Amino acid sequence: MYQFLYNLIGNELIAGLLVAVVPLTIILVFALFGIWLERKVSAHMQDRLGPMRTGWHGWLQTVADLMKMLQKEDIVATGADKTLYNIAPILVFTGSFAAYAVIPFSSKLLGSEVEIGLFYVLAISSLVVAGILMAGWSANNKYSLLGAMRAAAQIISYEIPTALIVLSMVMLTGTLSLDKISQMQTSSFWNWNIFGGAIFGLSKFLLIPFMFVGAMIIFISTLAEVNRVPFDIPEAESELVAGYFTEYCGMKWGMFMLAEYGNMFAVSAIVSILFFGGYQSPIGYLGNSIGAQWLVPFEQGFWFIAKGLTLVFVQMWLRWTLPRLRVDQLMTVCWKYLIPYAFINLIIIGIISIL
Amino acid sequence: MALKTETMVLNMGPQHPSTHGVLRLELEIEGELILSVKPHIGYLHRCFEKHAEAMTYPQVIPYTDRLDYLAAMGNNFGYVIAVEKLLGIQIPERVEYIRVIMAELQRIASHLVAIATNGADIGALTPFLYLFRDREYILTLFEMTCGARMLYNYMWIGGLSHDIHPDFVRKTKEFINHFRPTVTELNNLLTFNKIFIERTANVGILPLDTAINFGASGPVLRGSGLPFDVRREDPYSIYNRFDFEIPTGKGLVGTVGDCWDRYYVRVLEMEQSVRIIEQAIDNIPEGDVQSAIPKRIKPPKGTVYARVENPRGELGYFIISDGNINPFRVKVRAPSFVNLEVMGELCKGHLVADVIAILGSLDIVLGEIDR
Repeated sequence: MYQFLYNLIGNELIAGLLVAVVPLTIILVFALFGIWLERKVSAHMQDRLGPMRTGWHGWLQTVADLMKMLQKEDIVATGADKTLYNIAPILVFTGSFAAYAVIPFSSKLLGSEVEIGLFYVLAISSLVVAGILMAGWSANNKYSLLGAMRAAAQIISYEIPTALIVLSMVMLTGTLSLDKISQMQTSSFWNWNIFGGAIFGLSKFLLIPFMFVGAMIIFISTLAEVNRVPFDIPEAESELVAGYFTEYCGMKWGMFMLAEYGNMFAVSAIVSILFFGGYQSPIGYLGNSIGAQWLVPFEQGFWFIAKGLTLVFVQMWLRWTLPRLRVDQLMTVCWKYLIPYAFINLIIIGIISIL
Repeated sequence: MALKTETMVLNMGPQHPSTHGVLRLELEIEGELILSVKPHIGYLHRCFEKHAEAMTYPQVIPYTDRLDYLAAMGNNFGYVIAVEKLLGIQIPERVEYIRVIMAELQRIASHLVAIATNGADIGALTPFLYLFRDREYILTLFEMTCGARMLYNYMWIGGLSHDIHPDFVRKTKEFINHFRPTVTELNNLLTFNKIFIERTANVGILPLDTAINFGASGPVLRGSGLPFDVRREDPYSIYNRFDFEIPTGKGLVGTVGDCWDRYYVRVLEMEQSVRIIEQAIDNIPEGDVQSAIPKRIKPPKGTVYARVENPRGELGYFIISDGNINPFRVKVRAPSFVNLEVMGELCKGHLVADVIAILGSLDIVLGEIDR
């Protein structure tokens, strides 16, 4: 993508900026769509209609809300540490936005082809923790502080099972590049990593159950990393009002929302790349069969977004079904169940891949 | 050198999403651990008892609606029983039947809110809306009968403000048919949900002797295992004619007297209320609901204490009459007020998140606590 634009324009800076605009647009559009989807999904699960007035089935509702948010007065509490308070939302948003740099939306639409893509995603998404801690501390509000402490403990803990599962996938595929992992799972859903990847013979069938366990663990732990129910204790509405962003309003609050929805899609994308073939189609490409090669990247983009949105829908589905765990129970789930299982999974996948 | 540490005081409320109104809880916390809880009340004080002294007996009834605003029928019921005792008048059968049906419908509606908010506090928002949808049926029934959805002023001294609507019996039966499967749905969705059990079982355990010492009543007491129900212990109106059970906490998933037990007692009580309504609905005798209303309400000198089993516990009215048209003194024994007292005992050693679960399981209504 960058190379293509660079050849077209001939200026590094402009080409780089243009490449960055694409994921930014995607994240913004997704946030608008995601909030609307969340409201509609929750409404239909709860026997309601949800937003219905602004546009067809209320699809303009988030646009209208955004307009309102932009016009709001920017209030900073008197006791707040202004510098940290203003930096925090930007930092949180940066963390979730920067992860999009290496996510391949299709074989042609890829921000940066770094070889250590997975490593980069794990590292950059930790930046969010710093932003959350800053937000919680600087607001000088007890609820914010409690929420930030919970968030930090939770996100750092749940990075361990995520990293362990990522490690097992790296062992299996032999690469850290998200694009290469996607390329390996080509041609049919039978080649997806959740079905053991594009290998043949006994080891494929041996791998399948452990791949299912791995997919479950990484889905649960990413759910916790993006603070969604049942792991939404950092912003537990009924306990901590709004957690670490209690004191924020207007567009700064909007930045946290954008980051949250950006993160939701980002982790869904990572899970779908690792286990569900990334941008690969499960049934082959129309473009290939009718001889129109230019159609293939668009189809890939469609499949990628479809898979990501399916996982996002599952996240929403869980959110509107389950109650919330308590802090200690959350840690129990992580340290007593997910991490040991992830370890065992790692070892067994390692043994099978040697066989 | 050891670092100096200090505890943090967190004021939860009066503006907080889940303090059920305007309760302020002064939490002393160390990290997330609760050291002490001090409830501060009085934000909703309306001088009900003092007001009552300046009004005639029937004029007090609308004010009783506003005590426990989720169970206004029950409040009316207790007050009119007290005044009728003072006057010594006989009530027509039809009135008694309708009163019992209304009180039991109100109990279901009130428990639905209690269960729904308890779930919502723990983070389950979907059951909340399902239960409010079902509560709407009951409110429609009330609206059909007396025109009001929340504050009814329905039971009058010696009678009722309106007779039931011709469709009332049919609609109530429809509601019961609709409601039974809803309870099963609720149990599948929330009651036996693993996370919900994790959050409420073995949390906020109230031992029976503590409950008795604090004077707790209603589901809070029954959740600790004592089958005490005013409808059975000291039957008023015509409750002795109906066959119903008194569910108690059994420690099904945790310890007897934990939050889950208090919650589950309410679920079971709704089913018992449905049973009472089923027995009563077909046997409403004919008659005039206003025939026994006295022309002039001026009770003789004396005192009276009447108690009813409200959804939240034992609601008592103590009335002193000096022979005038207005009461000399009206004292209310509000169940929520007494039940809230155990809060400090229950929360010790728990986490901040548990405070919400415990408060939700006590099911308080501030309108009644502050009066």
